[in-house]
Amino acid sequence: MLCKRIIPCLDIKDGRTVKGVHFEHLRDAGDAIELAIRYCKEGADELVFLDITATNDKRKTLTELVTKIASNINIPFTVGGGVSSIEDVSALLKAGADKVSINTAAFKNPQLIADLAHRFGSQCIVVGIDVKFEDAEWHVYLNGGRIKTEKTALDWAKEAVALGAGEILLTSMDSDGTKDGFSNDITKLISENVNVPVIASGGAGTMKHFEEVFTLGKADAALAASVFHYNEIHINDLKKELKSKHIKVRL
Amino acid sequence: MKIVVIKYNAGNITSVEFAFKRIGIDVIITDDPNEIITADKVIFPGVGEASSAMNYLKEHKIDKLIRDLKQPVLGICLGMQLMCEYSEEGETECLGIFNKKVKHFGSHEFKVPQIGWNNIFDLKSPLFRGIKEDSFVYFVHGYYAELGENTIATTDYILKYSSALQKDNFYGAQFHPEKSGDVGEQILKNFIDL
Repeated sequence: MLCKRIIPCLDIKDGRTVKGVHFEHLRDAGDAIELAIRYCKEGADELVFLDITATNDKRKTLTELVTKIASNINIPFTVGGGVSSIEDVSALLKAGADKVSINTAAFKNPQLIADLAHRFGSQCIVVGIDVKFEDAEWHVYLNGGRIKTEKTALDWAKEAVALGAGEILLTSMDSDGTKDGFSNDITKLISENVNVPVIASGGAGTMKHFEEVFTLGKADAALAASVFHYNEIHINDLKKELKSKHIKVRL
Repeated sequence: MKIVVIKYNAGNITSVEFAFKRIGIDVIITDDPNEIITADKVIFPGVGEASSAMNYLKEHKIDKLIRDLKQPVLGICLGMQLMCEYSEEGETECLGIFNKKVKHFGSHEFKVPQIGWNNIFDLKSPLFRGIKEDSFVYFVHGYYAELGENTIATTDYILKYSSALQKDNFYGAQFHPEKSGDVGEQILKNFIDL
């Protein structure tokens, strides 16, 4: 039986890992490669690296970092942040990434998803969706949570999957950094309405939260950052706990 | 030892190259027939779509070349599927090394493609020396090869299917050993030691 995945996320700024609350107030969380190796040893199923300072002149630094990561870890990893073209994706895959996450650029130009899926295969195209609950709806936000759109999370998720997205990385801005638990309602809604895996992100604080996002939220994978970075939850302990709750995990 | 990874239009070869580097082996990535024929071991990777990959192989006459290889050959993911008889993906006539068909998982309550870690069991091949039954490996695929006499590993997702195949010097893995942690590394080492 297929396992539920535990995915540590490393937000990268100038080669260092940082972490914020509600997408702001960043603080340093350590060297990206050291953390990647540690998570790999602790039993992480995949890793996600998001370059939160992604600008054109820094792309080279990112691809160099990707190559260093690829030479050091033996589990799949996704890279995202500012990815906006076939050339960006090609460079990241060539540097050693297994999947690429696209967010704002995909929303602004949905055809990009289809072009990337056609060129590289859906399996390596993850569409990141940042959502916030406002006016009785889950809205899609762009540019790292700075720009609100009128599109609902479910509509955009369905559209992205129809275009060829291989996975959805769903981040709840309401939950991000709060440690109050994942947004299980929107995770469930999307997971039950698209036929690709949904990675839930934002809000992990306790082991119970992970259990809930798999049972209540119907997530295929759960992503978290600070609880792992600051050793609040050890991945191996988390997986043992999930297993004891009859959730299938790789141990 | 000369290890060659066949370069063609399918997929991301970089992760295969890095995986061998991590176990201390430099590979040659090439589509040069001479380099492939003279290799000690050949890796036939692949991520992508069956019909366009098969067309490319035919156009470059790599299809016949692969079938005639005498040294150990390891097909990975799409590489393994292309070594089967036929794939429903793009209704593709494949290399016919393994006499099995590749079928789509179909639409179910289960998500397709299967993405993530799943168990391999009924292991029977030197490829799995030192690998425990029910070990976890990493899969990404929407099509599967049926069970048959060439099956050397089984996995269960929606139904039981061949997660690895072997016939003579030809080996195939549906999963990605290059991304399957320590288990995957051991499988790659086993292949090198064949």
